[in-house]
Amino acid sequence: MSATQVSTDRAPESSSRGLVLRFDGVERAVHWLNASLFLILVGTGAALYFTPLIALVGRRRLVEEIHLYAGLALPLPVLLGLAGRWGRALRRDIGRFNRWSEADLEWLHGLVDTASGRRRSAVRPALGKFNPGQKLNAAFVAGGGLVMLGTGSLLRWYEPFPLSWRAGATFVHNWLAVLFVLVIVGHISLALADREALRSMFGGRVSRGWAARHAPAWLEEPADRP
Amino acid sequence: MLSVLGLGALGTLFGSHVQAGISGLLNSVHANGLASVLPGGGQFTIYTVTNGYPAAPADYRLRVGGLVERPLSLSLGDLQSLPATHLTRDFQCVTGWVVSGVHWVGVRLSDLADHAGVQPSARAFRFTSFDGVYTESLTLEQARQTGAIVAYSMLGAPITREHGGPVRLYVPDMFGYKAIKWLSGIELVTQAPPGYWEQNGYPVNAWISGQPPAAPKV
Repeated sequence: MSATQVSTDRAPESSSRGLVLRFDGVERAVHWLNASLFLILVGTGAALYFTPLIALVGRRRLVEEIHLYAGLALPLPVLLGLAGRWGRALRRDIGRFNRWSEADLEWLHGLVDTASGRRRSAVRPALGKFNPGQKLNAAFVAGGGLVMLGTGSLLRWYEPFPLSWRAGATFVHNWLAVLFVLVIVGHISLALADREALRSMFGGRVSRGWAARHAPAWLEEPADRP
Repeated sequence: MLSVLGLGALGTLFGSHVQAGISGLLNSVHANGLASVLPGGGQFTIYTVTNGYPAAPADYRLRVGGLVERPLSLSLGDLQSLPATHLTRDFQCVTGWVVSGVHWVGVRLSDLADHAGVQPSARAFRFTSFDGVYTESLTLEQARQTGAIVAYSMLGAPITREHGGPVRLYVPDMFGYKAIKWLSGIELVTQAPPGYWEQNGYPVNAWISGQPPAAPKV
């Protein structure tokens, strides 16, 4: 193993120039595949729904097919990214998403207090690799994605289902799509506001300084065993 | 994550009621600008299967032909001079969305057929659209049972280009895809061929309740 070996998700001792690996290649590939599929889904979804866009694009059958297959493909990058040896970093991160610490609750309280003006500056509890906002976002995307898959499938293969279910599925699918767009716009805004975090979704690494500011408890974690 | 899944399932089962509530709310606050963007305003999702919404030719004619005694070629004015039927009915899409209380004006399809003189061997109508792709069909019996109309007015105004103007079909008690848009040809044939949407997976049985209404319409 060389000193620049980056097969684990964190190797502070062996990192060069004080960089820490935040996302490995598999995680980045999963992220960007998801992002591309998401863009296709939003674009085709809008072209199936909004009259001015329908006027511009038309070709409903083709757009429906693209939307359908992009939707059915959406879980694949994550599932493939989780499987086998190369999925270790992603599996470990998903474990992190599902664990809530005292510091997370403190951070959320601080956020509420700051927003309501009860406190001047945000508290800085020792968070782990992901902050509570990121954890909630992950839970929303995973749960909401499955709901979109379920309601979308019902709308595609609707014949066995009563009309009121189809109406309900349309209702859920459309409103959840609006919510998804809002959440993703928020996600992109936050990413653009923190260029170092954004760069790590391309290059994989952040500085130790960034990690110490945003995720101090992550730096304290025992190194991942190979 | 499980709570999101639960909400999704609840929404699918009961969403149609919530949807109705939201439509009412949006209408009550006259949020027309907003309602046109947000789902749940109870509006049309206006389909087209070609490259955009087709424009009517300047010399638009509705042709009635096939197994008839006197083929017709009607301008919009000719159609409007025939006895009109007014209907206010819900527009129900097979995929679930619905627009309630849509007002229609047009000429009964059966009357139009009588006007052209139906030959004894004719059993069905075949419809074509000037978009060049959309087709539909109805049996003569279904046309009588539903009281289908060849419509030139919808929502209190001439039918717009998006909604299939100048002339489209409206078939009460059947799903929206039967109401072919941009109607330009009506042909009397011996049997009803599956239309565009039926060929693309929509059910051939287009009755909203699965069967014809109990009492035939007069």
